[in-house]
Amino acid sequence: MAKQVFQHTFDNGLTLIAENMPHVRSATINIIVPAGCAYDPANMPGISSVLSEIILRGAGKNNSKELSLAMDGIGLDRSCSAGTNHIRLWGATLSRNLPKTIDLFADIILKPHLPKSDIESVKLLAAQEIMSIEDDPKQKVMLALRKIHFPSPLGNDRRGTLEGLKAITHDALTKFWKKNFRPSGTIISVAGNIEWEPLKAQVEKKLSPGKGGTSHITKDTQQVQIGIAYPSVTYGHKDFYAAIGAVNVLSGGMSSRLFTEVREKRGLCYSVWASYQNFKEVASVICYAGTTTDMAQETLDVTLKQIGNLTKGIKEEEVKRLKIGLKSSMLIQEESSSARAGSIAVDWYYLGRVRPLEEIQKSIDSITTKSILAHVKEYNPKEFTIVTLGNKQLKYGK
Amino acid sequence: MTFHQQQCSNGLTIIGEVIPEARSAAVGFFVRTGSRDETVEESGVSHFLEHMLFKGTKKRDAAQVNKDFDKIGANYNAFTSEENTVFYASTLPEYHQDATEILADILRPSLRSADFEMEKKVIIEEIGMYEDNPGWMVFDHARKLFFADHPLGNSVLGTTQSIIDLKRDQMLDYFQRRYIASNITLVASGNFNWDTFLKKAEKLTTNWKFGMARRDHIRQTSGSGEFKLLEKKTTTQQNVVMICPGPPAASPLRYAANLFAMILGDQSGSRLYWSLVDNGLAESADCSFHEYDGAGAFYTSFSCDPKQTHKNLEIVIKQIHELITKGITEEELEQAKSKVLSRIVRAGEKTMNRLQEVGMTWVYLRKYKSVDEDMQTYEKVNLRQIQQLIERYPLLRLTTTSMGPLAKLKMPEIPKQPKVPNAQHS
Repeated sequence: MAKQVFQHTFDNGLTLIAENMPHVRSATINIIVPAGCAYDPANMPGISSVLSEIILRGAGKNNSKELSLAMDGIGLDRSCSAGTNHIRLWGATLSRNLPKTIDLFADIILKPHLPKSDIESVKLLAAQEIMSIEDDPKQKVMLALRKIHFPSPLGNDRRGTLEGLKAITHDALTKFWKKNFRPSGTIISVAGNIEWEPLKAQVEKKLSPGKGGTSHITKDTQQVQIGIAYPSVTYGHKDFYAAIGAVNVLSGGMSSRLFTEVREKRGLCYSVWASYQNFKEVASVICYAGTTTDMAQETLDVTLKQIGNLTKGIKEEEVKRLKIGLKSSMLIQEESSSARAGSIAVDWYYLGRVRPLEEIQKSIDSITTKSILAHVKEYNPKEFTIVTLGNKQLKYGK
Repeated sequence: MTFHQQQCSNGLTIIGEVIPEARSAAVGFFVRTGSRDETVEESGVSHFLEHMLFKGTKKRDAAQVNKDFDKIGANYNAFTSEENTVFYASTLPEYHQDATEILADILRPSLRSADFEMEKKVIIEEIGMYEDNPGWMVFDHARKLFFADHPLGNSVLGTTQSIIDLKRDQMLDYFQRRYIASNITLVASGNFNWDTFLKKAEKLTTNWKFGMARRDHIRQTSGSGEFKLLEKKTTTQQNVVMICPGPPAASPLRYAANLFAMILGDQSGSRLYWSLVDNGLAESADCSFHEYDGAGAFYTSFSCDPKQTHKNLEIVIKQIHELITKGITEEELEQAKSKVLSRIVRAGEKTMNRLQEVGMTWVYLRKYKSVDEDMQTYEKVNLRQIQQLIERYPLLRLTTTSMGPLAKLKMPEIPKQPKVPNAQHS
């Protein structure tokens, strides 16, 4: 039977990949978090190793012992260790115990106790590990080789140094965890006898809760400032140009929907726009509008409605206009060295290569009413993040 | 690069800089009118009118204007200053003629009442937006305080009240007075064919009204010299703007003035940078030279922790005093020149920037300067010209405006404008 590989990147940047192996009865889950020793602060080499040890000593509602028992109870073989780039949390069990494993692992990643009382003992362990290298000349020479051959911090030993261990405090450890244990860049891989949809749903629920949220900042200002964000697809994604197309239907040029509906037809504000913003693992559409207090609610409502209306249809003439706009700015960019220097770096960073102009042109040509519509329907934002600032709180709708 | 010019029979001037290697072409109408040309009752009308031009003509309604620009992928906009209202668009070469057509069309607007009332709301929003930005507000107040009764003190945006009170007929009257052919320059830059452009442009503008648009009160001013503190409790930083007189746009000293401002207060590596920003006494500090028709001014500004304001004022005054009494070094001048030259070259790579440069140079000097000529002029500036600038303009006659949480602020003693060493010999 053919193996099936699934992949999904959640709104918060967390990536899940899974391979179904129907012929086995086990399942293994592997989580890599970008928090390896390459991220150790210069004065605390070894902190990632210490974290990988202490992180299993209690999480969520379980203390150290309870957690250990819970994992034993489902026959979970596991380990957590620091490498150069990642901290890796790994566990294997019967496939029917996978859901329980995910619950426990989610606690370990998101709610570790990092008990203060254990710090000294964990550090002691780590120190002994460093000392033991002295008794293993074979390993010592290879570590020295790596250190000289690879550029720092890639050549660093994950164990760190004795001085580094001394400098590590509970505070520093907590900070290191907070800073580096983030969904963006983290990869969860699962192999075994699994079902994709329930797995994806559970991981989403436990590790990528809906990011939507609202917040109001009270400030005595003339205008109410409105910021809206919702998830989109990343730079290299097959839907990337359809997503760019959708943003341009909303806010490309002055004939676009937001400008026309919010400003031109209703005179609600001076400035309103939407733009695509991305990181390597996660991308969003960010919208802005600023308006006097009395008109703020209507501005927000109309803006959200326009975003929602994208799924109701895209007009041929809109696509025609936005394609010319995209092409113009692409070609006109070629005039200035500063613009080009920026965009070739962006290409390299996201795609690992610089795209020839013809390729970009082709991608722009590929945008159609259909491709945009299919995209906005698939990625129709369920939840918005909305932040407002001003002297009146708004109603954020459902 | 080749330059062309043509004076039409109705008084419109058409100029163009053809750059065959450019990937785009830009076109713009430069109307020599702005807030300084307004009466008190009309305050804000230039800028409001700028918005109204995008609201449609006999041929197009507002939505159609935007659609037609977007249809050709134009990068287009407009701005209003104290003296100029400029409408511009840049496109791929094949759409240059279309862009010219749309711009020429909107320069003869319908000014429909319904659009007028709708856009009023947008303007009031724009004013509200700026009112929330103390860094911008302080400049508006500072200009008013410096220019006092000089028309250059007029606010570009006007006030919420002046916009509410404004009638469509007043705008129409202003339009008919100011948007006459002789008061407008049509400028193009980039990859386009001059003959085709000229023929098309002449045809599009042939019916424009002939006549004269006067500009009154063209005179220099050394400013009120006053000090004003505006308390605004809701801000955290204290903003300060100090204005002193400088040469007008047509003065040959304008190049020296730009370099002088750069030496005193460029955002990196200038005297104010080293004495205020590098050491963290101020969040930012800047000096820039603004040139106008018949007048000029240096705007020195900084924003900082309120507690630090008095001390920072002393430092700025000391820096200016030192520049006047001790002059600048050859090395500083060369460094400033390198910065200007690099900026000119880089700006010259974009047709949109060339359009602004070529257009403004023409409006103020009735001259064309290529990128190379512009660079040569800057290269030729020497210490003697900087000295002339210092001798001729009372740079320590500062009009100071500060806005922020401070309820009290004492303005430090400003030393008398010192006798400049060179001046004693002459």
